[in-house]
Amino acid sequence: MTTTAAPATARKPATMAQALTRALRDAMADDPSVHVMGEDVGALGGVFRVTDGLAKEFGEDRCTDTALAEAGILGTAVGMAMYGLRPVVEMQFDAFAYPAFEQLISHVARMRNRTRGALTMPLTIRIPYGGGIGGVEHHSDSSEAYYLATPGLQVVTPATVEDAYGLLRAAIASDDPVVFLEPKRLYWSKADWSPDAPTEVAPLGRAAVRRRGSSATLITYGPSLPVCMEAAEAAVAEGWDLEVVDLRSLMPFDDDTVCASVRRTGRAVVVHESNGFGGPGGEIAARITERCFHHLEAPVLRVAGFDIPYPPPMLERHHLPGVDRILDTVARLQWESDWTEGRGE
Amino acid sequence: MTVLEQPGSSRNKSSLAGPPPTWRPRVDPAPLLPDEEPYRLLGTDAAARLDSGLLTRLYTQLVRGRRYNAQATALTRQGRLAVYPSSTGQEACEVAAALALEERDWLFPSYRDTLAAVARGLDPVQALTLLRGDWHNGYDPHEHRIAPLCTPLATQLPHAVGLAHAARLKGDEVVALAMVGDGGTSEGDFHEALNFAAVWQAPVVFLVQNNGFAISVPLAKQTAAPSLAHKAVGYGMPGRLVDGNDAPAMHEVLTEAVERARRGGGPTLVEAVTYRIEAHTNADDATRYRSDAEVETWRAHDPIALLEHELAARDLLTDAFVGATRDGAEELAADLRERMNADPELDPMDLFTDVFAEQTSQLRAQAALLRAELDAEANGHTEEAAGAEGSAEEARP
Repeated sequence: MTTTAAPATARKPATMAQALTRALRDAMADDPSVHVMGEDVGALGGVFRVTDGLAKEFGEDRCTDTALAEAGILGTAVGMAMYGLRPVVEMQFDAFAYPAFEQLISHVARMRNRTRGALTMPLTIRIPYGGGIGGVEHHSDSSEAYYLATPGLQVVTPATVEDAYGLLRAAIASDDPVVFLEPKRLYWSKADWSPDAPTEVAPLGRAAVRRRGSSATLITYGPSLPVCMEAAEAAVAEGWDLEVVDLRSLMPFDDDTVCASVRRTGRAVVVHESNGFGGPGGEIAARITERCFHHLEAPVLRVAGFDIPYPPPMLERHHLPGVDRILDTVARLQWESDWTEGRGE
Repeated sequence: MTVLEQPGSSRNKSSLAGPPPTWRPRVDPAPLLPDEEPYRLLGTDAAARLDSGLLTRLYTQLVRGRRYNAQATALTRQGRLAVYPSSTGQEACEVAAALALEERDWLFPSYRDTLAAVARGLDPVQALTLLRGDWHNGYDPHEHRIAPLCTPLATQLPHAVGLAHAARLKGDEVVALAMVGDGGTSEGDFHEALNFAAVWQAPVVFLVQNNGFAISVPLAKQTAAPSLAHKAVGYGMPGRLVDGNDAPAMHEVLTEAVERARRGGGPTLVEAVTYRIEAHTNADDATRYRSDAEVETWRAHDPIALLEHELAARDLLTDAFVGATRDGAEELAADLRERMNADPELDPMDLFTDVFAEQTSQLRAQAALLRAELDAEANGHTEEAAGAEGSAEEARP
């Protein structure tokens, strides 16, 4: 499931935000039923400029500035989906999506089920999420656990520029609702990705091994992927060869890729910004323990945000999982075997 | 010395007088305001212009609706329905909502509006699936253009707005009529839906059935507005106040609103002043919060009796017509009773079929677990089957 590096020719640095814009643009061009809507998505191009130029290119009927009302935005999108459109809704910031929870949970997530397949919800709900950008209160929440707790929702979060494109295209193409969480501190991360070069639409529900290793597996997603990659590089000096799995999609969850990795390495650490108690890490650790118990050399550990309301920006660096905390946690795994021998690869 | 009294203060400069530079009244509010009294036709001179065919159609549906409500309530006592929120006394609103729409239009009912769905042509048994408890929704919404009966309050209103808006974007002259109770008007989704509808000039009609109570809470504790119809002016749409027990008046007002929406005139808020004769549901004790005397005043303003008066004045209330109408209603009730008395056949494996278009590996594993449990149950070898579930890996959620 590793994404293969494309040829460097014809490529230039592009940001994740640009890749998302391109994905929206391509989806709208390919399918006239795709409609983008939300507050400030029109003339302003979104507060993160992800919808930049769409209103101009496709008209205000296809890229619509709405009134400031998240339940109204999502609720009307439900009706639009009932009439055959494919709305892509923008919730401006993670915590701004909460007024829309009732629509999401009582209708979007269960419409297919309650109508036994007669009404489907091909909706994509884009939510910039997570911290690390110095945002004031209500601008940095990692709200993925709420969505994961709701059956019927797919929960997807890209960590690379290429995935931002591929996963958003897949989310929009999906016949079921997708909560598409955009790690806002990676909006300006760059990669050699050219919008002109063909990019694969990434299938939902498949994790990617971003770094091969044999000592232990770091399981992560979204904003914590670059931190884990950095930790894995730093760990080399300690003689640890860490594998890094990027989940990409939290629901559906890719048990196969995660378990295959943990069975190889025998040790696992789950890393995410969201608080640990009741967070996705607990579910992931339980799944690994249930499936890989006899392969484990140590308990599955978690590096998560503290169990506190998101802290003020001047303190957020203490809250967010960083390289040192990840390495300290890796060191807490009971290292008994000889790392250099690997584990049955 | 205050700031304004300091030397150089601009408080006296005439350029600051008057309203802020960009202020202007957005629309003239006067035409949006509802009448002072609920609009009525029956018992007024205007009733003379009503079409007899319409009156007999309305009457037939009202009588059927009353009988349907009684039968459904009886089914709750027999344990065939988990719950039934009766619309007895409100049949004129229900019937008018259904008859005001064309086939291409959409109806967005709340949980109390089964009757509107049935009057629109939905199979009475399918309309009760939610309340029976076999599945959440018993019909294909596209077939009759009826959204699922909505249990959360007012959340179906933005759906109606979105659907109507989408239809207009596609160039279809489709109108959505959304129903909500007086309690629902306090919910945030009511506000957001009306606001979106007015801004988009979406072809939607909002029908508020003000039946006096949200379970036990009376209107006075629900709102301080002059009337619920008055709320419309705040959104920039017309509000209409109607006697909800006057079937022809309801039909006329809703039909006008639907046609206005179809012509591109935008949304309308209609408040029907009516009364819930029965309790909120069979689980409610209405004597705790209202007097019998109050109920009796509304019984005297019964929608069927009001219409009968007009039909009698036109010599249309013949024994033959009344008898045929009653027989038709009895047939409806008998059919409903018979079919609801049969146990529905449910396949537990359907629990997993429509969560996602493509089943996840997690749901496949859970389906395998349930399959194994069902097989064990069927074979009566529960203990043996527990060991034969296949590998723990496959059956684990």
